[in-house]
Amino acid sequence: MRTLQVIETAYRATVEEQDDTIVWLTHAMNGAGGEFGLLLTGNAVCYALQEQRPPALALGGWTQSHAADPAADVASLAAKGVRVYAVEEDLEERGLLDAQLLDALTVVPRAKLPVLLDEYPRVWKW
Amino acid sequence: MSTALSFAIMDAPFENSRTVTMLRVIAEALEAGHDVNVFAYEGAVALSFARQAPHANAVHGRDAAEENHPLPRVWIESLLALAAKRGRRLDWVNCGLCVDERGVAEAIDGVRRGSPADFWKMSVESANTLTAGTR
Amino acid sequence: MPNYLLIESRDPFSDQAVAGHVELAVGLRRAGSMVALYLVQNGVLPCRPGADGDALHEALAAGVEVLADDFSLRERGIGERDLARGVKSAPIGLVVERLAASWKVMFL
Repeated sequence: MRTLQVIETAYRATVEEQDDTIVWLTHAMNGAGGEFGLLLTGNAVCYALQEQRPPALALGGWTQSHAADPAADVASLAAKGVRVYAVEEDLEERGLLDAQLLDALTVVPRAKLPVLLDEYPRVWKW
Repeated sequence: MSTALSFAIMDAPFENSRTVTMLRVIAEALEAGHDVNVFAYEGAVALSFARQAPHANAVHGRDAAEENHPLPRVWIESLLALAAKRGRRLDWVNCGLCVDERGVAEAIDGVRRGSPADFWKMSVESANTLTAGTR
Repeated sequence: MPNYLLIESRDPFSDQAVAGHVELAVGLRRAGSMVALYLVQNGVLPCRPGADGDALHEALAAGVEVLADDFSLRERGIGERDLARGVKSAPIGLVVERLAASWKVMFL
């Protein structure tokens, strides 16, 4: 059953987890046979910005091997056929409307969210 | 047709009221006669950590017994008991990788380790699913 | 049309996202769905008369059912008789009822 994953929080624990935990979860469930769409809202629209190149953390003598790259992971979901959407007004508020965004991104005005939500039998807000 | 309900929770113990809200919903689901599946993800895997311990409260002048401090592991044990009493199933699954990184493998009896594939399976086999993300 | 239960745990005084959630509730209602906004935790703070802003009344005027968790209200000293006009107190079992009735339920 098609499920729309709605993500709002961004960059929460992404350094410690080396992933955005909901983008990661979506990948994992997609691999287990799920069929998903991904709606980026609030600060999570930042994940549509390509070429972010996050830094690896260095702490004391420890250096991170794999810095999280949520934008790349979202692009990877899109490459697997997951439709990725972002709320237009949230992009605009964050100065991202004219930025280099994911090619496969569908920008959705807030007024059209009811139509999008109706398209998916299940909507999971995280 | 299944009447089971599935829930996903994320908040660590003692950090957010969402935990209590979701546990209240889960309790009501069991009382109403539903089988319930819970996928505990991220910090929520510590809710069932067996080593949570009560303590006194000197500010209020209460010893440990008087304080009777809430412990999420006791809440989950109560929900498991409620399910048994009602003849319903409560399947509580902790995301295994989240358990490992937090070092909370020592969990109470009655919960199990699993993965996102378990959550997906639960949701497919349920009548409905509610997710509560964290901030 | 699917029906929607939106669980709002955040308050508009500290989180601007709440305005967008109310807008979504109104949009879904205007699109023809039955919509309920269930306020829990600090989400009940606008239920106090005088604290209820335009957004709450816009939702009510659009036909969104606005309900507040009785436990959360009591926790914050908001009496059920003092609720802002149009808001009703409801026990949390409501969430289970709506899930069982196949409403799409979102914890915002």
